[in-house]
Formats: sequence, structure tokens, C-alpha cells
Amino acid sequence: MNASTLAVWLIPVPPLLSAAVILLFTFRSRWLSHTVALVAAGISLVLGWSVVFGALGTPHFADHPLAASVDWLPTGSTALRMGVAVDPLTVVMLFFVPLACALIILYSVGYSNFGKTLDAHDEVGSPPHNGVEPMYTRFFAFLSLFAGAMLLLVVADNLLLLFFGWEIMGLCSYLLIGFWHGRNYADPHQTTPRQAAVKAFLTTRLADVVMLLGIAYLYSETGTLNFREIFFNPELMEKLVATPSYISGLAAAHMIGLLIFAGTVGKSAQFPLHTWLPDAMEGPTPVSAMIHAAAMVSAGVYMVIRVFPLLAAGAGHGGSPVLAIMTVVGSFTALFAATIAVAQNDVKKVLAYSTISQLGFMITALGIGAYVAAAFHLMTHAFFKALLFLGSGSIIHGMEHGAHHSHEHIDPQDMRNMGGLAARMPVTHLTFLIGGLSLAGFPFVTAGFWSKDEILADALAHGHTTVLVVLLLAAFLTAFYTMRQIAMTFWGAPRTESAAHAHESAWTMTLPLVILAFFAVTAGYVGVHHEFPVLGHLLGSNPFEHFLMGALPAELEGFSFSWTPVMLSVLVGLGGLLAGWLIYGRRPLAAGAADPVQAALGPVHTLLGNKYYLDEFYQAAFVVPAKWISSVFVSRILDRGIIDGLLHSLARLMMGIGSGTVLFEKWGVNYVPDQLADGVQATGNGSRFVQTGQVQTYLLGVVVAVLAMTATLLIAAR
Amino acid sequence: MATFIYQNLLSLILFSPVAVILILLLIPSSMHSAIRWAALLGSLVPLAFTVVMWSAYDPAVPGFQFEQRAEWYSAVHSSYHVGVDGISVPMLLLTALLVPLGILASFKIDERVKAFMVLYLALEVGMLGVFVSLDLLLFFLFYEVGLVPMYFLISLWGSPSGERDLGGGRKVPARQYASFKFFVYTLAGSLGLLMAIQVIAQTLGTFDLPELIAQWPSFNQDVFDGISMGAVKTAAFWTFTIAFAIKVPLWPFHTWLPDAHTEAPTAGSMILAGVLLKLGAYGFLRLVLPLFPAEAAAASPLLATLAALSIVLGAMAAYGQTDFKRLVAYSSVNHMGFVVLGIAVAAWAAQVSDPAIRMSATIAANGAVLQMFNHGLSAAAMFFLVGVVYERAHTRDLDELGGGIWQLAPVYGGILIFSSMASLGLPGLGGFVAEFAIVRGAWPVFTLATAVSMLGLFFTGAYILKGVQQVLHGPRNEKWSHHPMEISLREVLIVAPLMVLILLAGIWPAWLLTMINQTVLRLVG
Repeated sequence: MNASTLAVWLIPVPPLLSAAVILLFTFRSRWLSHTVALVAAGISLVLGWSVVFGALGTPHFADHPLAASVDWLPTGSTALRMGVAVDPLTVVMLFFVPLACALIILYSVGYSNFGKTLDAHDEVGSPPHNGVEPMYTRFFAFLSLFAGAMLLLVVADNLLLLFFGWEIMGLCSYLLIGFWHGRNYADPHQTTPRQAAVKAFLTTRLADVVMLLGIAYLYSETGTLNFREIFFNPELMEKLVATPSYISGLAAAHMIGLLIFAGTVGKSAQFPLHTWLPDAMEGPTPVSAMIHAAAMVSAGVYMVIRVFPLLAAGAGHGGSPVLAIMTVVGSFTALFAATIAVAQNDVKKVLAYSTISQLGFMITALGIGAYVAAAFHLMTHAFFKALLFLGSGSIIHGMEHGAHHSHEHIDPQDMRNMGGLAARMPVTHLTFLIGGLSLAGFPFVTAGFWSKDEILADALAHGHTTVLVVLLLAAFLTAFYTMRQIAMTFWGAPRTESAAHAHESAWTMTLPLVILAFFAVTAGYVGVHHEFPVLGHLLGSNPFEHFLMGALPAELEGFSFSWTPVMLSVLVGLGGLLAGWLIYGRRPLAAGAADPVQAALGPVHTLLGNKYYLDEFYQAAFVVPAKWISSVFVSRILDRGIIDGLLHSLARLMMGIGSGTVLFEKWGVNYVPDQLADGVQATGNGSRFVQTGQVQTYLLGVVVAVLAMTATLLIAAR
Repeated sequence: MATFIYQNLLSLILFSPVAVILILLLIPSSMHSAIRWAALLGSLVPLAFTVVMWSAYDPAVPGFQFEQRAEWYSAVHSSYHVGVDGISVPMLLLTALLVPLGILASFKIDERVKAFMVLYLALEVGMLGVFVSLDLLLFFLFYEVGLVPMYFLISLWGSPSGERDLGGGRKVPARQYASFKFFVYTLAGSLGLLMAIQVIAQTLGTFDLPELIAQWPSFNQDVFDGISMGAVKTAAFWTFTIAFAIKVPLWPFHTWLPDAHTEAPTAGSMILAGVLLKLGAYGFLRLVLPLFPAEAAAASPLLATLAALSIVLGAMAAYGQTDFKRLVAYSSVNHMGFVVLGIAVAAWAAQVSDPAIRMSATIAANGAVLQMFNHGLSAAAMFFLVGVVYERAHTRDLDELGGGIWQLAPVYGGILIFSSMASLGLPGLGGFVAEFAIVRGAWPVFTLATAVSMLGLFFTGAYILKGVQQVLHGPRNEKWSHHPMEISLREVLIVAPLMVLILLAGIWPAWLLTMINQTVLRLVG
């Protein structure tokens, strides 16, 4: 193990240790705890970036990736090895993950009101009103664990270690979504944080147990889970494609691919398992940024990018069914979620649905084979979505301050209560605008434009016309609801007293916004198509693609530059923004006025506002029956009724054979314990117990019972 | 001195609790404190010897280690023959560790303290005896020895309230119902076992286990008039299997478990879930697979099916409970189902020569043993933590507890979440490695059963989160705010060793597996 691989091993360690240190030792000191978390995240960032820039400075890095592993699970004559590896894809992840994590932790210092005193009215387990967060240190411990788990996932050289990070993140999201576990709402139908936490954990777990089967299947077919050992071994890949699976007509490679992809459907909130993500907004806003940008959902997309060679296996002969399914799921999700986002009024919910939609873009990209574009969009999205979430947190923080000041009881997250925040929160406004434009794909400047354009161009170049149309529609809606959000939040006049009294957040919150805004613009320039007029050459002929292709065993076929997708991107991006501006920007919403789109769409708007009633459907179709089966059928009817009923009948029968039914009450229920209760020597009792004549009679009955049972089973086993 | 210890190590482990019992008997019954401390310190002696054995055990040496043989019951050709291998060593460590923790957890017991401690240590002798026995009669003796103290622990120190309806309006106190059911059910299983053991010993003229394992599977003479040896073996196999299936317990023989676990005192539940259930699984690995390879292979699909049903229905039943302790009790059915699934794969492989299948079987059997150890840790921790909240609130009903206890007991909350996650199978904690190994091993052999089991794994998450949520989450619970709900230092000391081992087993399972693997390889490979 040399210095570079040691550095890779060490990347996830500081945040993991930090979580333990805070929970065990420094939990009494707020300052010490967030310092520990920040220093740990900082060390990971330095280690991560030293690896990144070391790799970027190494010619032909892809041919000599960093790797080190140890024997971990000795079974049989071999052992499963656990290790870390850094290839170009990991380098990309290591560029943005530790940075985003560190910024989110810094932001949390201000967000949790560090420096203020505890408010006497604040309850542990509920959000603070104006004082410091009562569970301040715990928050930083959980965030650290989250960051550590994500970094572990990124540097893992095998699917099992990746699954470690994957599941620990599931735990962290559960702990953090339900962070304000004591919070109740006046409306009993509104999802509480603790309900949202359980929903998130269980929905993703449903997907994870399927993914676990995929891992087990892959391990039994290949004897290893190391990415490189599988994907860079053509014979093994051939064998996986040639081996039939348990489902007829499906190759082992494809069944494994589908099982593993199920994990992403849960983790990256793809239809039909996306419903947990909007509810996850119940967590504190830094957590939303963590889940939506730096970690959790990015992990799902990262994982499918990581195992892309397996998903695409056999694409040469007859296409890969896994990729086809990914395309359908991804593009459907992209459009589906975008339509819902149009009708949301909660500032965070809009972003939540936009995340689901953008993840759909990435899954679609991978499905049509646009490997580089998927990773590119993952990176740019992480920057602008982290920015938008942290920005929304800043907005909510400002609104809460205003509400505290004006003693108003309003929902500080409802955009209908906002307006006019631009003048009061200039840094938040400017950075949010940059993030929003990047999400909307504002042409030629923002990062989001370049990465989204790459996906659209690939779809067109490879003849996926339907996909292109669906994604264009989704992109149009994205630009539309983004402009709606910006206009409703920042522009026009304040619609409430709270909005009028909102003020800019502390520097710990605005500094991360500024840094992320920088990357939300510039991160796109590394991936401009190499044939793009002027810019392509000027920006180094697409260094991103050139570098990342090395992560694949065989380079994918590129495509020539064409103006058509660029023009389409520009058209839908600007068109959506313009439509949004015409409806919400030109004449700002007045206080108490209805959303103009609501009137135009009528019942469709209600359908969208209620998320197509999918939650209600799941509740009725799955949750309620599962509860009934568990508590009534299995527990009462099966165990207590049928099985115990049979046992009791058998027992009664044996009693009859023995010495009459009276024996049960007399001996079994009353006699022995009563005798013992006198406190006679226990050991003596043991022997007396066996010498009782009645017991022998009873045992005889038991012997008969055993013989009867054996005979029955023997007959049954024939 | 050192030589003496090493030569008699297993006997020292086995009989040091007996010595402690004798010392306890000399202390006057009224001196509760002295009895408690003597029991606790005394129980550290077998633990110390076990640790010595652990460190001296050499995984590379094939066969049994620290073997000892002495004349015992020559008339029936049974001898005092003890020894350990890589399957029994982790079980011994688990037992020797859980007993002092259980004693420490029972410091609040005020009634008949002496009788309690004596019975508890007698229980330890029984369990340790099973894990070291290499003589079938000795095995059976110790197997039964454990029953009696457990019966009394439940019926005398079990939860004082609660009734069980027997149908027809007849009601009995719940702890008496539970202890009786536990005792009779297990006994019913072992009576068949006793007959089968006698048949085997009669036929071959010895009770010595290594000899029986060498001769019995290939023994083919018809020594009983009119009954073929094949039929005798099949019948013997089923009596063994039913006895151990009840003990594990395997669905549908499991209904004694939720009753017994729920009614038992905290320390009793810790040992019940931690060790007693493992006796069943251990019986499969130590006796059934080596003695009846052909019969076990034939029955393995059935075993796998029942294991999958245990996993799924156990988890669903746990999810359906409103009693916190019953919920945890059912989780044992769910977790032990994985052990049996792993054993079923190992049994199947005996008839197959395909190296890939044998490899799967090795992995699955490794996972099964590891799961036995890890479930011992996490189940003991969970039962203990249920006991902590019960001791304070005097209710286990989740609706009555009402949540919101995390604010009142932040440390307790953290520990409960940690243990719950171990039980849930979170990677990084013990349970996951074992379950992964079992799933990996079972997938190519019993694909459908494995896939169905995943539903159980999902419901594991559901019931664990239900328990955590209904105890910890929610607005600060004013009902309990005047009680000292927080966990005490003594209680933290009980659960801390378990947590450390859970973490260690999850992050670096090799320290256990190098030992288990060598033995499993010889069993399956």
C-alpha cells in the first residue's frame, strides 16, 4: 500500500470518526462538535482533492487506477476481498461529493442558529423558533455519518462495500428526515417528520432487498464483487450474457442488472418508488441538500453508472433489456415529476420534484447509452441542486425570522406567502437565480445547459426520437416551474408581513451559496462537445468525456456535433423561462390571489397538486393490507387460532389419554408453582418434580404425541 | 499450573459455574447483595476460561481441540468425552459472555435471589455442556438440564401480570401458561430424540459422537426384525429434526417462543434468545448433518421452505404486535429462519458434487454459524433494552408507552437505535454479514425460498422501525416525564460489551470466520 492508496482508504474515515467522537465525547459542547465535524469534512476534502488532482495530473490515469484491498470474508478456500479503488468515475465523484458535504456542514452552523441561546419555548425534538437547535450536536454527528457513508460508497472497489455506504446512508436519511421526531402538525393528515422518515427508510429498503439479491446473484455467478475484476474481464462478461437466468429468455447478466437497478429505483426515487422523496422534505433543509445533491440520490445514479458495463452487457447482440427498461422508467419519471412540480406551492417540494425529474434525465441518459452525459449531469446537478436547496433553506430561515418578528402564523415554506425577497435577501436571491437558471438550462452560460444538452444530443444522434420528445417536454416544464418559483419567491411585492420582515442569513449560510453558485456555472465548461464551434476547442475539446471514458472497458461510440439539439435545448429552456415569466413574473401574484395556472388547468391542477393520488393508492393497496395481514391474519388467525388451537387440542387429547383433563389445572397450572412458591430449595424441587407419578403418566402421553407427529410427518414427506 | 489449565480447560469451563453454585448455597438467603456479587464475580470465571480457550484455539488444526475423555457410564458405553471445534467455540464464548451480563441485569430482582442465581448458573452449565459434549448421551443430558431451570425462571420470576385465554373461557396466568408450554413442547421434542439416540447407540454399541459420525451414515445392516435400516434411519432423522426444529424454533413449531420470551424475566429472555435457541441450530450442525447426510439432503427443500416461512411470517407477526417484548420475541423467529436456511443449503450440498454448489453451501453454513453468534448478541441486547423500559414504565404495550421517550432518555434512545439497527441487519453491524452470506449461499440452491425470504427482510425493517418509533419518537411524553427514564450506568455496562462485539463482527468478521470457516469446510466441503 503506497501513500496514494492509503489516502484513498482514509477519505471516508474522518467523518465516520467524527460522528462517533461527537456522540461519545463532545456532545456537550456545540462549538467543539461542529468544529470536529468541519475539520473532519475538511480533511476528507483535502484528501479527496489530492487524489483528484493527482489523478488529473497522471497521464493515462485510467490505465493505472489506484486500488488496494484486503481479505475480509474468508469462506471456503477463498475470501471476499474488501477494498478501495479510484478510477476516472471515482475522481469525478471525489471532486464534488466532499466539497458539497463540507459546504453543507458549514451551512448547518448558521442554519441551526449557532451563537444564539436556547429558546425557553423550544422543545427537544421540534424545530427551534428563534434559538439554537436543541439537538445541535446530534445534528452534526448524523451529518458526519452521512458524509462518511457517501464517501465510503464512492471509493468502494466492490458492490458489497458500496452497499455498506448505501445502507448506512439509508439509516442517516432516516435519522435526519425524522430529526424533528417530536413535531406534530395541526392538520392530522399532514405527514410528520417521523412518518416521513419511516416511509423513506421502508421504501428504499423494499428496493434494497431486491438489490441484495442481485449482489448475491452476481457474487455466485462470478465469485467476486470487485467492479474491475468483473467488467474488465471479457470472458466473464461473455459468460454472464450466455448463461440463462431463472427467468426464461433473460440472461443472467440482465437479471442481475434488473435486480441491481431496482436499488436505484428506490434510492434515486424513480417511478414507482419516488413517493418517499417529497416527504423527505420534512427534514431540516441541510439534510435535503445532503439527500438531494451530495449523497443519497446521487448514490443511486452513481451506482448504475458504476455498473453500466454490466447493465449494457450484450447490447451488441440484440440490445440490453435492462437499458431499455431504464430508458422507459427514467424518461417517464422525468416528465411525470416535472408535471407535479408545476402545481406545488411549498418551496422545497418544487425542488424535490425537480430532483426526481432530473434524476430521471440521468437514468434515461444511461438507458440510451449516454454514459458520459449521465455522469456529467450528475455532477452539474449536484452543484446547482445543492445550491437551490441551501438557498431555499436560507429563504425559509429568512421567512421564519420575519414570522417571528411580525408574530404571524403562516407557513414559512409556502411560496404564496413570499414575494419581494430579492431586496431583503440579495445574496440568496442572486445565487438562487444562478442555480435556477442552471436547472432550467439557460443557454451557453450555465452548467445545467451543457449537461442537459449532452443528453438530448445523444438521444437525437442515436435515433431515440420518442425519448427526445419526452425529455424536451420535461425540460420545458423544468424551465417553467423554475421561473415560477423564482418569481413567486423573490420578485414583486411581499405578500405577507413575514416576507416584508425577512432578512439575509449569516455568512456561514451565504458563503456556501456563493461557492456553489460558482460551480453551478463553471462546472459545465469541462464537458462541452469537442466539435462545438469556437467553445469546443477553447475549452480543451471536452476534457470531461476524454477523461471519463477511461473508466469503461471499451470506449463508447461518440457522435458528431449537430446544431439541432442545441437549438432545441435553447428553445425549450428559454421558452419555459419566458412562459414562466409571462405568467408569474410580469404581473406578480397578489396576496391571496389564486395561481393563474390553477384556473387554466382546472381539475388537472388538482390531480397534479395531489401527486396523481399515488400516495393514497399505495396506502390502500399495500400499507393497509400489509398491516391487516400482519396483525390479524398472521398474529391472530394463524398463530393463535390455528397453530395454538391445534396444540391446545393435542394437549387436551393427551391429557385425556393421561389421567383426565383435571390434571392440567391441578398439576400444570397450580400445583407445581404453588409448591415452589414456598421457597423450597430449587435443586431439590427439580428432582421431586421428576419423581411425581403424575408426570410419568403425562410423559407417556407426550411420547404418544411425538410418535403421532413423526408418523404424520413421515407420511407427509413421502 | 498452566499445563493443568490447558489440559482440563473444557472441564474447568463446564464445572466452574457448579463451584459457584456451591458457594452461593453457603451464603445465607437473606444476604441478597452478597449473593448477587458472588454470582456475578463467579460467572466471570467461566468467561475467563473461555477467553483463554478462545486465544489458545488453533483454527488450522483439524478436528476437535482440548479433548478430554473419562470413564462415566461404562455400562451403556457412554463416556465423559468433551472437545470443541470452530462451531462450538463461538457458542461457548457467547454463553459465557451472556451469563454475567444476565446476572448483572438481574440485580434488581428481590424475590428469592439465591434460588434465581443458582438456577441461572445451572442453566449455564446445561448450555455449556451441550456445546462441549462429544458423547451423545452427555449431549442429551445437558440439553435437558437447561430445561428445568428455564421453566422455573419463567414461572416464578416471569412477568407477574397477564392472562392467557385457553379457549372456552378458561384463563390461566400468562407466565404459567408460557413456562408450561415451553417445557412440555421442548420435552415432547426431546423424548423422541432420546429414543432415537438409544436406537443409534444400541445398534452401534457406543454413544461416542466421533465414532457414531464415522459409522452411522454408512451403516446398512438390518438389525431390527422386519424394519429396514433405511426406515429406522429416516424415523431417527425426523425425531432429531423435530426436536431441534422446536428448539430453533422453525415455523410452525414456533408458538411457544413468543409466549416464553415475553413472559420470562429480562435475564431469562436474554439467555433464551441469546443461547437456548442456538441449541437447536447447533443440534442440526453437530448431529443431524453429520449423522444423517442422505436423509438431511432429501429433506433440505422442506427445511428451506419452512425456513423461508419462518423468515417471512416471523417478521410479519413481529410487525403485527403491540407488545414491545412480543415484537422482539417474534424477531427471533425471523432471524433464526436465516440460520435454518443456511443449514438447509449445507444439507443439500451433501448429495451434490458440483464444486460451485459446495462453495455456496460453505458460504451459507459459515453465514448460519455467524448468524447464530450475531443474533445471540443483538437479541440479548434488544431483550435487555425492552427490560430497561419495562422496569421503569411497567408496561410493554407500545400504545401505552406512547412514544416521545427519546427526549427523556437520550442515551437509551441512541443505544436502542444501535441495537435495533443490528437486528435489522444494517451493514457495518454483525447481522448483515451473516445474512448476506446466507442469502448468497442459498440463492443458487433454493432460489425461490431465498427470494421469498427477502420479503421477510423487508418486514424486518418494518417491525424494527415500528418499535423504535412507538417508543422513542413523538413529542416529549409527559406521562413518563416524572419517572427517571434514562438508562443507568450499570445498564450501560451490560449492553456496551454487546455493542462493541456487534460492531466488531460487522466491520471485521474475519476474527470469527477464520475459526468457523475451517470447521465448516470440513463439515460441508
